[in-house]
Amino acid sequence: MAAVEKIIENRIDDKTTDSKALKWVGTRAPRPDGVDKVTGRAKFGADTHLPNMLIGKVLRSPHAHARILSIDPSAALALPGVKAVVTRDDFPDQPAGAVQPAGEMIINYRDMTRNIMAREKALYEGHAVAAVAAVSDRVAGQALTLIKVDYEVLPHVIDVDEAMGADAPLIQEDLITEGMDPAPEKPSNIAKRVEFGHGDIETGFSQAQVVIEREFKTRPVHQGYIEPHACLASFSEDGQADLWCSTQGHYVARGHCATLLGMDVSKLRVTSSEIGGGFGGKTVVYLEPVALALSRKACQPVKMVMTRDEVFRASGPACGTSMQVRIGATREGKITAGDATLKFQAGAFAGSPVPAAAMCAFAPYDLEHVRSVGYDVLVNRPKVAAYRAPGAPLGEYAVESVIDELAKALELDPIEFRLLNAVREGVDSSYGPKFGPIGCIQTLEAARDHDHYQTPLGSGQGRGVATGYWFNIGGQTSATLNLSEDGSVALVVGTPDIGGSRASLAMMTAETLGIELDKVRPLVGDTSALGYNMLTGGSRVTFAGGIAVVGAAEDLIRQLCERAALTWDLPLDDVEWIEGEARPANGRAGSEAPMSMAEIAKDMAKSGGPIVGRHSTNAQGAGPSFGTHVVDVDVDRETGRVSVTRYTVVQDAGKAIHPGYVEGQYQGGAVQGIGWALNEEYIYDEKGKIENAGFLDYRVPVCSDVPMIDTVIVEVPNPEHPYGVRGVGETPIVPPLAAISNAVENALGIRFTELPMSPPRVLAAIEQAG
Amino acid sequence: MRYEVPETVDAAVALLAAANGSARILAGGTDLLVQLRAGLVEPDVVVDIKKISQTRQVTAQDGGFRVGAAVTGAELDEHPDLKKNWPGVVEAAELIGSTQVQGRATMGGNLCNASPAADSVPALIAAAATCQIAGPDGERTVPVESICTGPGKTILGTGEFVVSLILPARPPHSGDAYLRFIPRTEMDIAVVGVGVSLTLDGAGQCIAARVGLGAVAATALLVTEAADALVGTAVDEGAVEKMQQAVRAACRPIDDKRGTIAYRTQVSGVLAGRACRIALERAGEH
Repeated sequence: MAAVEKIIENRIDDKTTDSKALKWVGTRAPRPDGVDKVTGRAKFGADTHLPNMLIGKVLRSPHAHARILSIDPSAALALPGVKAVVTRDDFPDQPAGAVQPAGEMIINYRDMTRNIMAREKALYEGHAVAAVAAVSDRVAGQALTLIKVDYEVLPHVIDVDEAMGADAPLIQEDLITEGMDPAPEKPSNIAKRVEFGHGDIETGFSQAQVVIEREFKTRPVHQGYIEPHACLASFSEDGQADLWCSTQGHYVARGHCATLLGMDVSKLRVTSSEIGGGFGGKTVVYLEPVALALSRKACQPVKMVMTRDEVFRASGPACGTSMQVRIGATREGKITAGDATLKFQAGAFAGSPVPAAAMCAFAPYDLEHVRSVGYDVLVNRPKVAAYRAPGAPLGEYAVESVIDELAKALELDPIEFRLLNAVREGVDSSYGPKFGPIGCIQTLEAARDHDHYQTPLGSGQGRGVATGYWFNIGGQTSATLNLSEDGSVALVVGTPDIGGSRASLAMMTAETLGIELDKVRPLVGDTSALGYNMLTGGSRVTFAGGIAVVGAAEDLIRQLCERAALTWDLPLDDVEWIEGEARPANGRAGSEAPMSMAEIAKDMAKSGGPIVGRHSTNAQGAGPSFGTHVVDVDVDRETGRVSVTRYTVVQDAGKAIHPGYVEGQYQGGAVQGIGWALNEEYIYDEKGKIENAGFLDYRVPVCSDVPMIDTVIVEVPNPEHPYGVRGVGETPIVPPLAAISNAVENALGIRFTELPMSPPRVLAAIEQAG
Repeated sequence: MRYEVPETVDAAVALLAAANGSARILAGGTDLLVQLRAGLVEPDVVVDIKKISQTRQVTAQDGGFRVGAAVTGAELDEHPDLKKNWPGVVEAAELIGSTQVQGRATMGGNLCNASPAADSVPALIAAAATCQIAGPDGERTVPVESICTGPGKTILGTGEFVVSLILPARPPHSGDAYLRFIPRTEMDIAVVGVGVSLTLDGAGQCIAARVGLGAVAATALLVTEAADALVGTAVDEGAVEKMQQAVRAACRPIDDKRGTIAYRTQVSGVLAGRACRIALERAGEH
């Protein structure tokens, strides 16, 4: 493949690099949502209001595990101002096996209805048990105290290894592990076993001269979006409903809500708000079906907004894990075998991203003998939600830690060791498919050659490197271009804009149409505006949305050419679209003055009426993205505090449509990874209750905790996208955990196998090492 | 709930006394408003003391300073002489919250909120600061270390409030410092906090010392054994080590989500040593 590979350093002035032919793609155009966000005009989830609106609140389980014997809402309903109470009785049960893929996770509606409102049992502290709608926040809060719930408290289990034990309390009494042959006879908390790989690992290990095996443990973390879950639901007496909410996918939310409420999907219209962060955590529903059920009962609009405490206790998180990794290599540095066992906490319902973690764990390496086994394990914690490359950071943390140790044992530079084993185009991936064009080697080489990697460390500092991988996805996507009478266009898409997609989609539209960017107004339409759209996730929107908007632009161009051909009385084949105008072509070139989009639009009534460009697709061919991170740390040997002093992200974007946004994704992923590696963790008491349900004691990094994150955009184009786009949003969070752990090892000579590397844990290890 | 804004100390005392214990005092409000919103407190009356001129002024007094209880962290930082004389105290007050919070947060509130982890308190204890308290029976003056009796609890009786904090005069060759440990770099609560104040003679011998310790017991502590380890020495490494041992011996922390007993005890000594070295350097400069 004649791929144009190039590297963009993060300078602000590189408006275009080699893209002479491209006017908008590759530039740092102003963001269309910027002014509204800095002026406060932008409407987020909690910002929609309606007349006669009620406030909804949720009563949550105080127990980590308890059978719900009875719920008596009568006293709450008797309180003046209370308009409705809903419990498990207000949601129809869902059939077993009602499973459907949604984004990067699998949805099981029998579980989902139990997660949004507990049925037989409360399965974690904070699990919704009932909800009220009342005339004010105060009355709703008072009503919650009047709902009488009888619980039979049951033994609980929080830790994944304990949950796999033979005598662990069963979270779902009838759960038989899937993926085991023969199937177990007895129920357990292990929902599923998965295995990926090829070759024969024992043959591989027999060829190794050095084998390193380690066990790792990580704590669950929260996605940490700043905007809490919020929605407004309005059900009318005739069964039609509207929902406004902060979500990563309003079509997906519509489907979930309609299923949970037992209504026709098209009777529900969902409008997505601006979103204050999601990172995967807003791909599922929590409040939305509850607000709809309350509104249906009260026949009034119901607004619900989670408190931060509720966000921590009842939404997200990402998994905690227990992992074992064994890797063998020859003296020369060729990896002969890799074996990983990954046990992931799913929370109270099956569906941790352990399959994805098992698939990604060894993805950067070209291995003849490789196996990764995953276990999806139930514990009494909130059901995990997707979090940016779900699962991948964890598996790669374990693998990349052992890779680092192997490099050290073999006395090889960690990047050179990776380069000796890195995957390239045409290689069978560790999880199956053959790789197409990929940029794994290119990111490693760019990291090796970067000033950061070449600069000597300060005294006492350590440097770490890690490589990460994420698949990226395509999926169902629709876009419409409505031509206005002055020749400007409204671009309507159905994917909420989390990472700058309005900018990148408008840029690809303007580029394809050959018009000025400010003639394109990008908007996120509601669920009635377009055909189906999968959610914003899987780093898919600039890829799949790009295919949709380019298709819609091409559809529009075809119609514009038809109108010009009609006007000029020429065959369509003799009209071409160049630089935003229709021109006579072939033998008729120059026979008529070109017609601009504005001119065609002005007379569209005469030439056949309104002009609308459309494209709907189930986009295939997403380009996977590799990234390599380099990080320097300083460790305070007396307090155990780790400071990140320098950080560089190198990643393959395929093509950066808007380099500024791409860099923002790289930096954001690194910052979230720094928090995950150093301080973020849920702390539980002995009763299974969360002790740090707030940003004070759940420590995401603040600005002063992180250095300026350098970025290098590598571009190995994805041939399946009109402009070469791969997804970029998720890969940046994959390498940091291992990169930082490797840097700490380099500084202290101590290998940490537990996250987070919080100051007490680091100091204890330093003292133990003497 | 009533909101009252008295303009005199007497009026404030009358309101507080009449409320019979169900009143809360509002200075910067950076703790109180959070507690109100979380439903942790439901007072009948909130008495805002910011319109009482004495609470909002920093004035020179007996060679030292009288600092109004409602003077904000940002104002302390901007005062021309305060930071020169008591850099450790001002730095401690400046650690409370964010830049925005600094425009509201006060040392009076930080003290009377009675959190064991309050940042300004160990520094005030090291500084030998006292509180001027107004009440129905008149005024009294109490050392800072005697104000808090436990988490959220103070010696203040019904009708009483802290009007001012008094920082004493600074002899020559004096210096103070405050350090805290937090897992982040800002926007956090001390896992351990240590304030140290030193005075040297002309020959560099330590003639007076005080050490305040926060977040390692139910209240901030004055550790006299730690100070005793320094007095009469040149604050050499041996003396500092003894001081650190005394600090660790004084710790009575709990295991909680913010730190373990072992961690807090160990790090209290580390920070005491570091704060002591900064105070020593500052004493050498003056």
